[in-house]
Amino acid sequence: MSERKPDWEEMGLTRTEYVRICSLLGREPNYLETGLFAVLWSEHCAYNHSKPVLKLFPTAGSRVLQGPGENAGIVDIGDGQGIVFKMESHNHPSAIEPYQGAATGVGGIVRDIFTMGARPIASLNSLRFGDLSDPRVRYLFSGVVAGIGDYGNCLGIPTVGGEVFFDPSFKDNPLVNAMCVGLVEHGQIRRGAAAGPGNHVLLVGARTGRDGIHGCTFASEELSEESEQRRPAVQVGDPFMEKLLIEACLEVIAAGLVVGIQDLGAAGLTSSSAEMAGRAGTGLDLDVALAPRREEGMTPYEVMLSESQERMLLVIEPEQEQDVRRIVEKWGLEATVIGRVTGDGIYRIRDGAAVVAEVPVRFLTDEAPVYYPEARQPAYYEEKRNWPVAATPVPDDLNQVLRRLLADPNIASKEWVYRQYDHTVMTNTVVRPGADAAVLRIKGTRKGIALTCDGNARYCYLDPYQGGMQAVAEAARNLSCVGAEPLGITDCLNFGNPEKPEIFWQFREAVRGMCEACRLLEIPVVSGNVSFYNETNGEAIHPLPVVGMVGLLPDLAGRCTSQFQQPGDAILLLGQFRPGLGASEYLSAIHGVEAGPVPALDLAVEARVQACCRSLARSGVLKSAHDCAEGGLAVTLAECCIAGGIGALIDNVPVLEESRDDNILFGETQSSIVVTCAPVRLPLVIQAAREHDIPCLALGSVGGDSLVIRHDGGRIMINLPVEEMESLWRESIPSLMG
Amino acid sequence: MRFGVVVFPASNCDMDTYHVVDQVLGHPVSYIWHREQSLDGFDCVVLPGGFAYGDYLRAGAIARFAPIVEALPAFAERGGLVLGICNGFQVLLEAGLLPGAMRRNDSLQFRCRDVLLRVENAHTPFTNRYRMGEVIRMPIAHGEGNYYADPETLEQLEGEGRIVFRYCSAAGEILPAANPNGAIGNIAGVCSRRGNILGLMPHPERCYESILGNTDGLGVWQSILHWWGAAREQEAVRNV
Repeated sequence: MSERKPDWEEMGLTRTEYVRICSLLGREPNYLETGLFAVLWSEHCAYNHSKPVLKLFPTAGSRVLQGPGENAGIVDIGDGQGIVFKMESHNHPSAIEPYQGAATGVGGIVRDIFTMGARPIASLNSLRFGDLSDPRVRYLFSGVVAGIGDYGNCLGIPTVGGEVFFDPSFKDNPLVNAMCVGLVEHGQIRRGAAAGPGNHVLLVGARTGRDGIHGCTFASEELSEESEQRRPAVQVGDPFMEKLLIEACLEVIAAGLVVGIQDLGAAGLTSSSAEMAGRAGTGLDLDVALAPRREEGMTPYEVMLSESQERMLLVIEPEQEQDVRRIVEKWGLEATVIGRVTGDGIYRIRDGAAVVAEVPVRFLTDEAPVYYPEARQPAYYEEKRNWPVAATPVPDDLNQVLRRLLADPNIASKEWVYRQYDHTVMTNTVVRPGADAAVLRIKGTRKGIALTCDGNARYCYLDPYQGGMQAVAEAARNLSCVGAEPLGITDCLNFGNPEKPEIFWQFREAVRGMCEACRLLEIPVVSGNVSFYNETNGEAIHPLPVVGMVGLLPDLAGRCTSQFQQPGDAILLLGQFRPGLGASEYLSAIHGVEAGPVPALDLAVEARVQACCRSLARSGVLKSAHDCAEGGLAVTLAECCIAGGIGALIDNVPVLEESRDDNILFGETQSSIVVTCAPVRLPLVIQAAREHDIPCLALGSVGGDSLVIRHDGGRIMINLPVEEMESLWRESIPSLMG
Repeated sequence: MRFGVVVFPASNCDMDTYHVVDQVLGHPVSYIWHREQSLDGFDCVVLPGGFAYGDYLRAGAIARFAPIVEALPAFAERGGLVLGICNGFQVLLEAGLLPGAMRRNDSLQFRCRDVLLRVENAHTPFTNRYRMGEVIRMPIAHGEGNYYADPETLEQLEGEGRIVFRYCSAAGEILPAANPNGAIGNIAGVCSRRGNILGLMPHPERCYESILGNTDGLGVWQSILHWWGAAREQEAVRNV
């Protein structure tokens, strides 16, 4: 029989960490205190492995009202208004219990937004699953989508955009990254600080139960066969309660009754209260006996670590208590004073009369060890990169390749997903899901905001530095396609176990790449989240930094969408078309190979291409814009045809040095946007491209019922009816899901 | 004309509805808290979309017991207009103010998309600005919109012209393919015998402005104003 592990080890602390705690305290911590350290020093709360790398992100900018470190970041959109946004992962819970895991992921990120004083106005999500031919993957996929939908739909927050990709590396460890966006008046911005000794600490919302205890330590370890037993660590969501919390908290904030406010997320009451005291440099005196429970016989440890959902912590002045209570009770919610702010910097927990924990706040929040893990280039890296892409045979029937790509789940329509999300509630949705970026109007102004989230796990697996860079570039390009100027980024960094040098190398390289793109495109990172330990039985997921980006359209009249519009409109390729077969969806879906160099990206050119597209969209010259992404030029053109319900004749394909037909059609490229304009405006586009010093090629024109791509000399490469392409593209995922 | 928008806990189209009346129609409107017991002073009451009380049991099953819902029959009796949109329609069914019941969508999934509707009765207070048989487009967003009524009730509704909207094709045909939720007879909206209570699943408060890509829902609101104006005139004539 094996010996029972010591408590600290059971709770996820290492021996070194435990020794450090003892030396900080000058004594051994008791059981509860050990638990507090274990959660607050976990990767999930303390970012011990990621902190030094995350510091590399550029976070400053003239539009930044709130950078990283708060519940969410904020960018200025003028007129005294700000956009509050953040993205967060809920990967592990969703792997075990997809419906509740995804639902509570939405709940958590929504609380982060209204905590700042903002009304949530939109949600997005970035999802990854294994192959849809696997029944368990279909179960995870449908459960996650239903969970996101049911929670967000009940709240009345439109889910306006996102992305879904399928790759075998996510078979047992799906990724569920949820992003929420809110609108705030500058004067209403609130922060999570427990300021003012003597102020009351108020617990509002759901009662505390035993659900979700150790959720954040669970998130800080790899998945395995035993993970199934972690099911009790997955919380259960109650969107009705959350909706009441949103309304009650926003009303309390609007009435000016809040000193500080924070939601109870990972590590529940422990992290929310300790972080609030940490930010204000104060102490707290809390009595767990006062916290309303939904179960009997809970220990102080269980109350402090419960991750019961839909709870908020408010710091208020004692004389305001009656006013706060009146509002909260009107919404049918409970509010209980569970303690007060102190000036001594001590985090003191009582259970009635007895003091059950007493630790300086800063030990909990600032003294967590920071690790500088070893980084090593993985063995696969050079081998995959140098894989002889050129040896791939060129298929005889390119029409058939395009058919297969359009039906490929990674390229096919995601309507099966977003038709389950209410995306029209709040009546702000100007460009709906399925576009390059969603566009929302800001009522009472001419302004709009554009939202997107993007990442390419295959690029990041084959070249994390380039992949990180391209995630930022693509998100910004998507915003530019609708005419919006990028304002800020929230990121969600999904990786395997950072204690493995190869994984840490992927992480560091991806972040370095992102930073490079952020600097050159001048887009700051204002909030984010790290999700490590995405591994199952020792196998890591493909690394995936997801970039959530917010952009501004000063005037919605200057917006653009992807669909081809009128017969005769000129089709142009704006930007640097340098397609490659390496790392492409084509290579993977048609040839079953995941290798080769990722597309090259020149950030200076990229910045100019985006600026050019934005200025043309805003001046109303463009009728459509859509960037080249997975599936290359042919898929991009097909998507524009399908969206517009009209064909196109491309009779001037780009001439390349090594112009294999499959590379021209399906090779992937950065910095390329397919645009259309009325024929008379063609010179304006060409002139703008010249002014921005970027290439621009007239490809052909809109019209007919088919997409025809003809090589110079008249050879037909592609000739497919739009109707056929549409039905392949639209019906693929519904038919796979049965 | 004075509008009221009922707010149940977890109503979530209340602000959208308020916005249309206030900003687009420019008429006086106020929110009515679910605990209120009186509808005095209102001419038209809207039960908005959402998930009243969470709808965990069955959509509208708890809301029907709200004090404000109990005040509705008397209000309608006096001739007040009651418009139930989506969750509001579900509440009206549960409260017995309209016949029939709502089941989960036949897909067992939530559906958010635009649908086409054929106006089956253009003589109600809510549809008099449409043409009979006109095909209009509106967004839906619901998980329980699969309307059901027994054969006798259906026959009665048909006979009395109380089926107001049906899901249809672009050509106005009532086809199974045009039905987003399995509703019997493609029924999207029904009204009371007097015509002053309408329940419908699609959202006329989500399509009133060209920037949203669709203004077809405006007809419902303009019909209400037009009907009210005409009713007022008749009343004035009677009182002379």
